[in-house]
Amino acid sequence: MHVIESGNVAAANGVKLARAHVVAAYPITPQTPLTEKLSEFVDAGEMDAEYIPVESEHSALSVCIAASSAGSRPFTATSANGLLYMSEQLHWAAGARLPIVMCVVNRGIGAPWTVWNDQQDAFSQRDAGWVQLFACDHQQIIDTVIQAYAIAETVSIPVMVCYDGYILSHTYMPFEIPDSDTVDGFLPAFSPEYALNPAKPCNLNTVTLPDIRPDVRGDTAPGYMEIRHNLHTDMREALNVIKTVDEKFYSIFGRGGHCFIEPYNCEDAEYIAVCIGSLSYQLRDVVDALRQDRIKIGVCGLRVYRPFPDEAIRETFKSAKGIIVLEKALSYGYEGALYADIKAALYDCDNRPFIHNYILGLGGREIKTQQLLDALRQSCTIDIPVPQWIGLKM
Amino acid sequence: MAEKTTVLNLPEDELVHPGNRACAGCGLSIIYRIGLKALGRDTILVVPPSCLTVLQGLYPIAATQLPCLNVTFASTAAAATGILAALRAQKNTSTTVAAWAGDGGTSDIGLQALSGACERGENFIFICYDNEAYMNTGVQRSGTTPQGVLTTTTPISGKKQKKKDVPAIIAAHGIPYVATASAAYPIDFYDKIKKAKTISGPKYIHVHTPCPSGWGFNPRYTIKIGRMAVESGLYDLYENENGHFELSGPSQRLLKKDRRPVSEYLETQARFRGLSEARIASIQQEVDAKWETYRAQPS
Ligand SMILES: Cc1ncc(C[n+]2csc(CCOP(=O)(O)OP(=O)(O)O)c2C)c(N)n1
Ligand code: SF4
Ligand SMILES: [Mg+2]
Repeated sequence: MHVIESGNVAAANGVKLARAHVVAAYPITPQTPLTEKLSEFVDAGEMDAEYIPVESEHSALSVCIAASSAGSRPFTATSANGLLYMSEQLHWAAGARLPIVMCVVNRGIGAPWTVWNDQQDAFSQRDAGWVQLFACDHQQIIDTVIQAYAIAETVSIPVMVCYDGYILSHTYMPFEIPDSDTVDGFLPAFSPEYALNPAKPCNLNTVTLPDIRPDVRGDTAPGYMEIRHNLHTDMREALNVIKTVDEKFYSIFGRGGHCFIEPYNCEDAEYIAVCIGSLSYQLRDVVDALRQDRIKIGVCGLRVYRPFPDEAIRETFKSAKGIIVLEKALSYGYEGALYADIKAALYDCDNRPFIHNYILGLGGREIKTQQLLDALRQSCTIDIPVPQWIGLKM
Repeated sequence: MAEKTTVLNLPEDELVHPGNRACAGCGLSIIYRIGLKALGRDTILVVPPSCLTVLQGLYPIAATQLPCLNVTFASTAAAATGILAALRAQKNTSTTVAAWAGDGGTSDIGLQALSGACERGENFIFICYDNEAYMNTGVQRSGTTPQGVLTTTTPISGKKQKKKDVPAIIAAHGIPYVATASAAYPIDFYDKIKKAKTISGPKYIHVHTPCPSGWGFNPRYTIKIGRMAVESGLYDLYENENGHFELSGPSQRLLKKDRRPVSEYLETQARFRGLSEARIASIQQEVDAKWETYRAQPS
């Protein structure tokens, strides 16, 4: 079914199609309409799930952690300060290896208060052990939510589906809501290997020693460090799983095919602009304009931030002369985190391209197409210190 | 009427293994053993960081035979909520979900989640074992540490503030069952859990659990000291069922007989050694006044 609806409604429909059984969420702008839509689905009996109106985001994720530990498929969503309030639980969910899916509707973080979009919220949780996927439009939001469950449940790692607040969450766009039987074929019911069960008692998340230790039968159980190593290895393996899931999705729904990097005009590009989220679509117009001036430039939207798709990045960027990273987040006292990551990934290339960094759109500062045009043109022409700020008025 | 519970007819099934990591004489280990007998095998436990986390053993060895989810400090009641929701999704309405948290995990950092869950009417049993300080981290004050007590964060002049009345706070949510118990009266505690299991909605049981290591007394006196707290009228055993308040056996009997002076109880523990004579006298006055109101209540 084709509809014209908001990004939040797209996400809610994805959750409904994925048959999440337990939804626990706490309202925060710009995530709120997503939460409202889900409670409406549940209340109207359109979704066979429970909506738990928790008293905080910490509890929202706690409910999901416990529901997942007990063998159910949970969902939650948040933004900005809500995500930070969950921080302890984010690490807990990943450490406990629970396939939870959460939407993060990207918003700047206070203080001072802002409700507008940037991506500092998701970026600041980069090392919590979650897979972080980003959507660039409404179709990608609904499709990614469905895929996220398939990925999470294959690798037993929680997945964040991030999309830009307001720019995507509150704007209306046409998208297709896939048919629910077809989604059922793509995403089977959740059947975890271990779950809390009085018939098969187990003690989960027990205090674990620094070193390995034999169990009562004499078999060696891992120490904390082995458990962490497993998380890391499986997170790297998630790159393959993301690809397989994307291929399967493509074969059934005919959408996808660019699960790590979504390129535009990059085949012959000497310069490539890189960013995450909806900005990559805005940049397509800019690239088109620069192409008219015979500047060979393309744009890449990164769809995955963790696990970092470094191989795909090297493959796509290795023959470019210059890479321009634009980001709505910043590692204070250094540079953009995405920029630093991409720079590191390119270190091993034989012909290392130059790489520039622009910080823009913080706290919803408007990003004008002309500004992007000027910045990219500048980067293709002269060497500049990093990071540069776009739209800063001082 | 059901047979009266005695030590002779408690279930023989031991769900807590002997040789766990609790200190000798630990009040918690007594009520944990008895409490799990009352809960039975069709139960899922939720435990935040506390002495109980340690009692349960270090991975991969567990001291209990029930499934247990260890959770973060503030999240106990929300986690119990999540398990219940998952069980309902699986059409399981028979398994009991029981949270066991310390006084810190209940009255301080866990209070928000507990309040939310009580307001939502979640069908769990929440057991707060009150050893009146953060013991796991080395005896720091908590919201339920009594006034004047020496802890490692009130080391010289003792805690300035009064003990927070957590059962009253929880009762104010209008939940169907709130009770207090003591490790010194394990059968009373057992019966209260049994009753809680028959009630739907949130059930809260607050248990006074003497702690030799944190309170400074000889481990052999755990029961004796727990009893003195009740017999002096300092710590009262009661049930509040749908707003109907009733003192339970050992406290009920105090309505008709003399209570022990609180000084007897206070003298037994090193944590009270900073109390002045005047302060002890005023504690006695407060207890007397409280019992006047109990006596004035129509029964
Ligand atoms: C968020 C968080 N803050 C602090 C701690 C450290 N901590 C672990 S247990 C504990 C005290 C527990 O006290 P209580 O709940 O009374 O249980 P007890 O140890 O007395 O059995 C503290 C402060 C923690 N684990 N998590
Ligand atoms: S410190 Fe106290 S509550 Fe903790 S195990 Fe020892 S005796 Fe028990
Ligand atoms: Mg305590």
